[in-house]
Amino acid sequence: MFSVFKDLLRYNTEFAIGVVLVGVVVVYAGLSFFSSVDPTLMYTVMPDMAPSAEHWFGTNSRGQDMFWQLSFAFRNTLVFGLLVVVLSRIISITVGLVSGYLGGATDRALMFVNDIFVALPIFPILVLFYFTMRSDLNTVNLAFLMACLGWPFDARLIRSVALGLRHREFTRHAVFSGMSARKIMFEEHLPYVMPIIFSTAMANLIWAIGLEVTLAVLGFTNINIPTVGTTIYWANNHSALVVGVWWWVVIPVVLIVMLFIGLFLLAVSINEYIDPRSRLRRMERA
Amino acid sequence: MRAYLWFVAKRALQLLAIVFVGISASFFISHLSPINPVEQTLGRITTRSNISPEAIASLRAALTDMYGVDEPLWNRFVNFWVRFVQGDMGPSLIAFPTPAMTLIQRALPWTVGLLSVTVVITWLVGNLLGGLAGYYQNNRLLKAFGVLAMGVQPIPYYIVAFILLIVFGFVWPVLPISGGFAMNVRPGWTPEFVASVIRHAILPATSIVLVGMGLWFLGMRALVSNIITEDYVTYAELAGVKRSRIVGSYVIRNAMIPQLTALAMTLGGVFSGTVITEQVFSYPGLGTLLVDAVNGGDYGLVVAVTSVAIIAVAVAIFVVDLIYPILDPRIRVE
Repeated sequence: MFSVFKDLLRYNTEFAIGVVLVGVVVVYAGLSFFSSVDPTLMYTVMPDMAPSAEHWFGTNSRGQDMFWQLSFAFRNTLVFGLLVVVLSRIISITVGLVSGYLGGATDRALMFVNDIFVALPIFPILVLFYFTMRSDLNTVNLAFLMACLGWPFDARLIRSVALGLRHREFTRHAVFSGMSARKIMFEEHLPYVMPIIFSTAMANLIWAIGLEVTLAVLGFTNINIPTVGTTIYWANNHSALVVGVWWWVVIPVVLIVMLFIGLFLLAVSINEYIDPRSRLRRMERA
Repeated sequence: MRAYLWFVAKRALQLLAIVFVGISASFFISHLSPINPVEQTLGRITTRSNISPEAIASLRAALTDMYGVDEPLWNRFVNFWVRFVQGDMGPSLIAFPTPAMTLIQRALPWTVGLLSVTVVITWLVGNLLGGLAGYYQNNRLLKAFGVLAMGVQPIPYYIVAFILLIVFGFVWPVLPISGGFAMNVRPGWTPEFVASVIRHAILPATSIVLVGMGLWFLGMRALVSNIITEDYVTYAELAGVKRSRIVGSYVIRNAMIPQLTALAMTLGGVFSGTVITEQVFSYPGLGTLLVDAVNGGDYGLVVAVTSVAIIAVAVAIFVVDLIYPILDPRIRVE
């Protein structure tokens, strides 16, 4: 596992750039653990001050130091995204492997449910949940909801791989040696779908964070929790760009774009690593 | 042919199941809401005018009957479906007593018009350029476009729309930044009105095209660069088939098929994109209606908009499923 990482880092520029971009944002978010500032307090510093040696990212109209505020915001956003990713991976792996290995009626039933979930428009449904739950819709609940909606595509992908594995020699050996279906799925087949899980995880993370930003910008999440989305919401609410407090919008946007491009490059390079044909092409070019 | 009809019937059944489950789910989710529509509407009406207590009591009775809040949930669910099938989604709260369906009918043409045009343009141009970039991998111009697409694609949609708004609304104010048409033009099929609608659509449309293009481009490029390593492409090249023919009929045509499914999903699922578009540019479509409904606590309208979204996606997937076997001979209908 680690040697793969080292190889990718050395021979794949996109992967290396992705690691650096994501790394910077993760380290910055990690700084919030060492902060002495309470991100929920307002008017602790002079409002509307441009970036300076004292306040690296300036201060906003709510009298908060943007450096620490954003550090918390990115931590919350990343934790939220990872929560969605982990939960939705659990669902998609289980459904994909079970459906692919067992086949038959189980497969048909699971794929029927899958089709329904694929067809549901996620955004209006999340809005509906916000509408009924309002302030009960905290980060954990929202992550749980989005995980429940964000698994079907990847489950289908995993299923298609598992379908192929079912007829392979080693599966038959495992069956004849008396391995249980559960063991075959999670010990024999799971390693084969691991690469797909990694690359879809990146895409899922981008999706989750993007949707959080979208909901928050409209004010459809708990706006008192600092996240990347709520930061932009408050900046808009105070017409930051119109009054000239540009750093309130520009800095988070630059950071989120860094994170998105980084994750995107990671997903692309891992995908390429999985597909041996594109690896060959890369070697020809080198 | 009979096999195909059987296939259509099965898909149609699936379509109905998706619509039923989706809309029922939205009904139940919305009924978890603590908002009482009767008191909400009463509050709205009584703040506007002086009404005697007797009148309020009779109004409350009438509203209770209309919303059916005193009945058990199961009865309400059945009633909801009975009325839904007849195309009646009840009155809206935010524009009481206008029916929710009328509000949707008013908003729908804006959203559908803006999106169908932009999504199709984006898809065609993005796929064509992506296909060419995948085939002619050494072309400088196409390479540059690829780098650009990679850079723009991960930026959240909201940011792009906002930048356009600032540049063309404040820095260089040449285009209208809000609304669907100019206030002083009377709606109708007159040249002035059509011109006004088009002018107002330029900015929102540009934002959608800018963001969507990169995704199609990158997806198509990846698909094509996989296809060109297939044997049949190599054979065609060795046999001296014209390059333009290989790109057009052999490569792009085959790569088009998965992209077509994705197109249907996007066409059906444009709602998440358009809510923001419409919000940023104050466009009078379904997205704006949804946001107003949520802010006004209007649950009937929220369910109605969600239902329209669910039907749109389900129908889009259904249509693609039907044309899939016609386009791809490898998928046989049995």
